[in-house]
Amino acid sequence: MLSSLGSAGGKSAKPSFVSYVTPEEIKSEKEPSRKEKHPDLLPGEVVFCSASTVLKYTQDDLSQRGVFGVLLCTNFRVSFVSDEAPTEEMLFKNKLYGENDIPLSCVDNIYGDKRKLITGGLVKNKYPSKMIIHCKDLRVFQFSLSFSKEEDAKKIFQGIVHHCLEPKSLRCLFAFSYCENTSYPGSYSYCREHLVSSRSLGFLLFPVYFIVPKNVSDEDLTKYQGKGLPMWCWSHHSGCALFKTASIPLVQEDNVPQTYMEKMLTAVAHNHLYSVKTEDLSDTLPTVQDILLSYNRFKQFFLIDNTTEFWMSDMKWFSSLDNCGWLDIIRQCLQKAVEVVESLEKENTNVLIMEEGGSDLCCVVSSLVQLMLDPYYRTLLGFQSLVQKEWVAGGHAFLDRSNHLHLKDKVESPVFLLFLECVWQLQQQHGPAFQFSETYLTVLSDSIHVPVFTTFLFNNDGHRDSLLRAESPHTQRSPLNCPTVWDWSVQFDCKAQDLFTNPLYTEKPKQDTSVRKSYRPRHLRQLSLPSSAFKTPPKKGFFKDEADNLKKILGVKRLSRWMLSPSSDSPQTSSSVREFYEAWQTKPLDYHGLLLPCLDGPSIRVWMQRYLRWIHDVQILGGGPVAMLSKVSEILGEVQELQRQLDRHGCTLTSNHKGARPRAKTAAAVIAARSSVRLSSSFPFVTSRNWSFKPAIPTSLLQSLMVTGMAGNLADREDDGGPESLV
Amino acid sequence: MTAPHVTLGEVLPERAVQNRLTNPGTENCSLCASRESLKMEPLAVTLLPGEERVIDKDIMYICPFSGPVKGKVFITNYRLYFKSADADPSVTLNVPLGAIGRVEKMGGASSRGENSYGLDITCKDMRNLRFALKQEGHSRRDIFDILFRYAFPLSHGLLLFAYLSQEKYEENGWSVYKPMEEFRRQGLPTDKWRITFINDNYELCDTYPTILVVPFKATEEDLRKVSTFRSRGRIPVLSWIHRENQAVICRCSQPLVGMSGKRNKDDERYLEVIREANGTAKLTIYDARPSVNAVANKATGGGYEGDDTYQNAELVFLDIHNIHVMRESLKKLKDIVYPNVEESHWLSSLESTHWLEHIKLVLSGAIQVADKISGGNSVVVHCSDGWDRTAQLTSLAMLMLDSHYRTLRGFQVLLEKEWISFGHKFASRIGHGDKNHADQDRSPIFVQFIDCVWQMTKQFPTAFEFNERLLMTILDHLFSCRFGTFLYNCESARDTNEVRSKTVSLWSLVNSDSTSYLNPFYTPESSRVLYPVASMRHLELWVTYYIRWNPRIRQQQQSPVEQRYMELLALRDEYLKKLEELQLTDSSPNSSHLSNSSASNAASPTQHINHLHTPF
Repeated sequence: MLSSLGSAGGKSAKPSFVSYVTPEEIKSEKEPSRKEKHPDLLPGEVVFCSASTVLKYTQDDLSQRGVFGVLLCTNFRVSFVSDEAPTEEMLFKNKLYGENDIPLSCVDNIYGDKRKLITGGLVKNKYPSKMIIHCKDLRVFQFSLSFSKEEDAKKIFQGIVHHCLEPKSLRCLFAFSYCENTSYPGSYSYCREHLVSSRSLGFLLFPVYFIVPKNVSDEDLTKYQGKGLPMWCWSHHSGCALFKTASIPLVQEDNVPQTYMEKMLTAVAHNHLYSVKTEDLSDTLPTVQDILLSYNRFKQFFLIDNTTEFWMSDMKWFSSLDNCGWLDIIRQCLQKAVEVVESLEKENTNVLIMEEGGSDLCCVVSSLVQLMLDPYYRTLLGFQSLVQKEWVAGGHAFLDRSNHLHLKDKVESPVFLLFLECVWQLQQQHGPAFQFSETYLTVLSDSIHVPVFTTFLFNNDGHRDSLLRAESPHTQRSPLNCPTVWDWSVQFDCKAQDLFTNPLYTEKPKQDTSVRKSYRPRHLRQLSLPSSAFKTPPKKGFFKDEADNLKKILGVKRLSRWMLSPSSDSPQTSSSVREFYEAWQTKPLDYHGLLLPCLDGPSIRVWMQRYLRWIHDVQILGGGPVAMLSKVSEILGEVQELQRQLDRHGCTLTSNHKGARPRAKTAAAVIAARSSVRLSSSFPFVTSRNWSFKPAIPTSLLQSLMVTGMAGNLADREDDGGPESLV
Repeated sequence: MTAPHVTLGEVLPERAVQNRLTNPGTENCSLCASRESLKMEPLAVTLLPGEERVIDKDIMYICPFSGPVKGKVFITNYRLYFKSADADPSVTLNVPLGAIGRVEKMGGASSRGENSYGLDITCKDMRNLRFALKQEGHSRRDIFDILFRYAFPLSHGLLLFAYLSQEKYEENGWSVYKPMEEFRRQGLPTDKWRITFINDNYELCDTYPTILVVPFKATEEDLRKVSTFRSRGRIPVLSWIHRENQAVICRCSQPLVGMSGKRNKDDERYLEVIREANGTAKLTIYDARPSVNAVANKATGGGYEGDDTYQNAELVFLDIHNIHVMRESLKKLKDIVYPNVEESHWLSSLESTHWLEHIKLVLSGAIQVADKISGGNSVVVHCSDGWDRTAQLTSLAMLMLDSHYRTLRGFQVLLEKEWISFGHKFASRIGHGDKNHADQDRSPIFVQFIDCVWQMTKQFPTAFEFNERLLMTILDHLFSCRFGTFLYNCESARDTNEVRSKTVSLWSLVNSDSTSYLNPFYTPESSRVLYPVASMRHLELWVTYYIRWNPRIRQQQQSPVEQRYMELLALRDEYLKKLEELQLTDSSPNSSHLSNSSASNAASPTQHINHLHTPF
């Protein structure tokens, strides 16, 4: 009687997707004809197997409610086609897969009865009556196979397990059959001509073109398969630059790598003109294995099988979050990037970051540094070229790290996701500085697991070229054309793509020409160098001009600080980073200038849109930041319309208005959404039209509230008690 | 004093300020004095009408962020003001004396070490201040004594500043809440609910307001009988009624069941009458306490409604802890955010304060109340005395159910009604002007409530007409003692002390400058019930309040979203104007039609343009 807790309200009726027909009735009914129950197959998509009368549960499994339909497995996805009339079109529809489709590479884990983890290769003749699929985009599907024909159920279960969990060859990835069957007008969306140097050096790890200091000779290039070779990333306007490299394993007896490394450092220092700081990231940042472990613990908080479990975990949410360490890893990466930024911006020294392989955390840190220092990379186009430059051309092993092929010997790790997480932190702290929206980042993180885009399918440029060439249906001449992820029209129509732009962003106000004439320091993000012919060494070294200037100014050679061990001065670094941040913070914030993240505890947060979007109980109906942003978009739309009218009148607007002039068409989609759908905090991923307006009431409040120890006797006390409380 | 009408933080010309600071009494030699004082630090604060300088002293402020800062401290009968002498950037402190909870001497005359001799001040608004003085000549004695006297005037037979203030405002905040008007707005009285003046002289219950709404069927005699069975005579009375389904929120204190399990037929019948008023099948009684506490209360004569005695009622415990737990929780929170934000394991530390957990429990309790009401069921809410947790629950539920309370004026009415008139013990909980810092009656219950409101405004950024600044202002003046609004424990005490005639209302300040408290994103949706998500996933620490003294936390006057929105609104207006001008010259019928339509729907947001130019 006493503990009549308010749990009743929590399990409210959820009217959507509910089939009130009992399974018995279904069985007695005539079986629906299977032929009609195909999803719209993509070009090159083939159905492997299917089973009808599969029950898909609504998220709260305690209700045991759901909807019947056909479950299929194709060479692209696991797809559930409901027997019921399709629900209304979603605004933010992905053209490749729908809300009941799971691309095969997006399947994370499959669980059987009693939540037993299913692993590939162990599936015998049995099949579970209930199958839970956790997706890499955090969706959770629960299917009951117990109403299907035994033969079908067995086949579909084994099919799904085989295609989702067992090792396969790259050729089996859907991209290849998709691209063979589409006439995709292939083109790389970034310009390679900027990058110089050479391919045919005999190692594939490197992009076709890359830039090294000019003192590095051609013989040096090939010495350690490219290891230890400092690759240029970005130049600060002061002339100092950021380099990254794969570290050479140091062999004790052998002195050769040491001398080679010193030579490389001298090259980076440009003959002692600049001091060089080296940072071995593996000394201070977590390993790729740590990253995977931490993320695996982290993601579990969002893969919710049922409501009760969710609310049970709610009270311990902060400490669980803390213990899994994911936010701390994000903080460490950002902190490291700030340290590098400080070296470049404040001390004007060259920085060489290194790690084994040179293509995981080096990519994270180097791209973050560039995002913080260079506003160009905060635009849509700039961000795209940053990812292409640092990650795709930079040789991040996307294929191994995402482990699409389920090979045992590959180290899977969500390194690119970690980078996106860091970007999200920057973005949520300094919203107006970014041209792209949170939704853009979320969609990008989902796209890693859609095996259609060449961007994320290969380990490096060489790998990509050789495979696409080999797979080409035509002769050797033209390689297979596959879309890159940047061609968003493959996934979304124009309206949906409008949600990728951030209504808060304004372009930098154009300066008057008179002002522009005066010298303005410019960063170098690309070099205008001869585009081909590796035989021609870059005569015009990228810091040559500016170096000459600097030589005059400085007159003195700076002492280089080589091989500083980062661990020895780490407490110092962290306090100096703090000072650097504080000094930056006291200046007025320029969204088109240097951007630093606040790293204090309360400032590093969970990427709510990505992680909470599918969890019904935490949707804020009619609320969330989108409620505000959509109003901004609305006004933006009106302003644009007025601008068009004024333009028709031939009215010229003054230049400072043009600065505030927003980019085209951000508003339309949101306005369309507002008219018919109630926005929620999960916008645009879940539309709330079908949901009940019953509030989610936390169950199990009592058990978990721990007021123990010292507070214990306080808790028993009266509010305005007698004299005993007035000690 | 005939000083111009000014508000805190407003910057006046230095000269005028210094006149007043250096020469509070004598007017005639002000010129020479001000010349002298011009050599001192320039001051950028003006005194309030009625505020008088008491003492000033050269002192060292031990700033926890930038180290010791030399400067001068001024103490008036309202505030402590410190200005650094030569620090860059300059350091200023502007602390209403009401915010001071505790003043202690630090170190003795013989203490060694730099800056070890001085004053240690604990504030109620999440900060501590340390000042160091020279050791020679008992230099701190006078300043300590004065600070102690003026920070705790009630302990020294002095008046609170609210009674000394001469501030004048265009708006009279005391007219914001008129109980009859508010009940009429709710559609009361009805054929089931009547308004009674039985408490006109505070005879039925001395901590209730004079005007109460009770079931039509209950006679005055019934009310008197019920009052004997409810702790401190706080009988169930109506707080809010749902216009369509007539479900009501009633509030009261615990029944006096006691160890023997006493029954009271009148109380049982009274609750039955409440249930019958809208034909609710079962009346839900929300007991805000954890069930163990409710049981424990039997020992002191209290208790809860047993379901064997209250036939058609169901009892739900909401597990919200008492004032002592909340006080300790906020204390722990202060420990991890002031002066520095805990660095390692921030989230675990945050969790160990349980502050957000308590917020969650309060919010989810209120959600349950609101949900029941929306479903057409009447509820009764109580805790032990019905002035702490009960006020939190009823007012939050009302905020969810009734969009009127989400407006600037409506929110003031809500506070006046559920908190001030129904006897939340502000004086005891805050300890206005009282030196007894360890008083066990103190507790941040109202701060916790405002935090809950803030959480709701965070989750629904377009649903509230007021902004974060209003919430901060309310909390600042909860402590400041500049306004009469939050003084005393109940209406009867306020009457005795003539608060309404002798002090100024906080709402006078707010409503005379209402534009700076408005949320530009506000979109009225009158019939909408707001259910916040009471999950730790969405609750966040109110950094801009609790950690606002930390310079590392960027205090943005305006959020970037708001700023952008304002810019766009201004741009739109400018374009509209331009377009109008153009149309006057070339009156093409087509385009004039277009702009007319957009001009008309632009009307309402245009008003917000003003905010852009309002100084913050």
